[in-house]
Amino acid sequence: MAAAEGGGAGAAAGPLFAGLADVSISEDIPVEGEISVPVGSHSPDEDYSTLDEPVKDTIMRDLKAVGKKFVHVMYPKKSSALLRDWDLWGPLVLCVSLALMLQGGSADSKEDGGPQFAEVFVIIWFGAVVITLNSKLLGGTISFFQSLCVLGYCVLPLTVAMLVCRLVLLAGSGTVSFIVRLIVVMAMFGWSTLASTAFLADSQPPNRKALVVYPIFLFYFVISWMILTFTPQ
Amino acid sequence: MAAADGLQFPEFADAASLLAANPDATTISIEEPADGTKSQRGRQQEPGREEDDELLGTDDSDKTELLAGQKKSAPFWTFEYYQTFFDVDTYQVLDRIKGSVFPVPGRNFVRLYIRSNPDLYGPFWICTTLVFAIAVSGNLSNFFIHLGKPTYHYVPEFRKVSIAATTIFAYAWLVPLALWGFLMWRNSKVMNIVSYSFLEIVCVYGYSLFVYIPTAILWIIPQKVVRWVLVMFSLCLSGSVLVMTFWPAVRDDNRRIALATVGAIILLHALLSVGCLAYFFDAPEVDFSAPIVPAHNGTTLIKAQ
Repeated sequence: MAAAEGGGAGAAAGPLFAGLADVSISEDIPVEGEISVPVGSHSPDEDYSTLDEPVKDTIMRDLKAVGKKFVHVMYPKKSSALLRDWDLWGPLVLCVSLALMLQGGSADSKEDGGPQFAEVFVIIWFGAVVITLNSKLLGGTISFFQSLCVLGYCVLPLTVAMLVCRLVLLAGSGTVSFIVRLIVVMAMFGWSTLASTAFLADSQPPNRKALVVYPIFLFYFVISWMILTFTPQ
Repeated sequence: MAAADGLQFPEFADAASLLAANPDATTISIEEPADGTKSQRGRQQEPGREEDDELLGTDDSDKTELLAGQKKSAPFWTFEYYQTFFDVDTYQVLDRIKGSVFPVPGRNFVRLYIRSNPDLYGPFWICTTLVFAIAVSGNLSNFFIHLGKPTYHYVPEFRKVSIAATTIFAYAWLVPLALWGFLMWRNSKVMNIVSYSFLEIVCVYGYSLFVYIPTAILWIIPQKVVRWVLVMFSLCLSGSVLVMTFWPAVRDDNRRIALATVGAIILLHALLSVGCLAYFFDAPEVDFSAPIVPAHNGTTLIKAQ
């Protein structure tokens, strides 16, 4: 049919379309594809939205994800599970519990006490944002929220250290307890820094790694200092 | 040079073979300034040119000069614009810190280290580190000074961190702003050879504050003499970096204005240092609560508390 059309057009238009007379579409090539437009969801079983599942399932899914990330932080193998599915529930829980534990009941005293709840909150979140901006400005390839997620989750060892410090302080606040607290806080500080560096260092350009690791070190150092100098009133 | 054979264009196929024929020729290689090329150039050039290479400094000087005109072309509301201020590698930051701690007399910090690539990484993180160093050291020092007293109850004094942060960041940003404005104003009246951009001034001030970090840590030692010696020493080091940077920018001006400017720079720097020492570090007290008692083996004991 196309050849006949080409021939007809060629005869009518003269030498202008002479080359088209040779063009032909072979009828051997099958034309494939679906041109029907799907109207609505034609298979209701495939679209099982999360609105229909029990509330327990929804909550347990997120809790399991958070718990898995906690385990990843305590045993930092080189896995990218923390980086792929970021969530900020874990950092929020850790930040709030750390800030609550740092309240020594100094609201009654008039002296310059430890950090207020809002101060701890601001330091952790603002510090994490600044470090993330720093690493992105230096050319890092990690996304904003992924970096916040990693930095927040790596506060977990320090929260554990705070818990241990409060328990040790219940037993007494002499020199021995201070040395125990110092060792625990230093160990957890090292653990936090190493864990976050293990997750974040790969996304940086190789000749700027130290420039990115140093602010992380400073961040966890400040948090460790707040934990170590906690004195109950 | 290879001999031209009539109108036939000579084949410059191999530089090495040409130089084998004529070893004293001056060669210019237009390849990328990689490490191997530079050492090759060094071997083939006349010995007199090595001095120029040393003055030029590191390998990336050619690249930096070429790229200087292409920087900061992104509009200021994009992220890439701010990325140009963080275009430094680890070794560059370390070099700049080294240059601020060991100032070479006669060498300008901006010309030698910044070289049209001012960065905001150094000033920002040095200021942050200094804030926490002063707060932590002050707290530790007060703890050790008041340790034995029965009425002393240790407090972490967390308020002082925000005061330290306000002071140091204000100094590191407002003083360069004022200085830059002043230099621009004088530039419109007197033609100066040397002029600095705002970011270069911020860079110099930021890196010059680095020497105060070990100074703040050493201020924990509760001896008045030690502290004041440290103040003088750090003021000399960082002050000399600032003076050597800004003296060429004002020396063409009226003599008195030039001296007043440099004097004001040093005075503000000294005020920062002395103010931090006075506010964050309590004075070490020495009480003579007992008269001098000669001990059994002849040495005298002074009971200090």
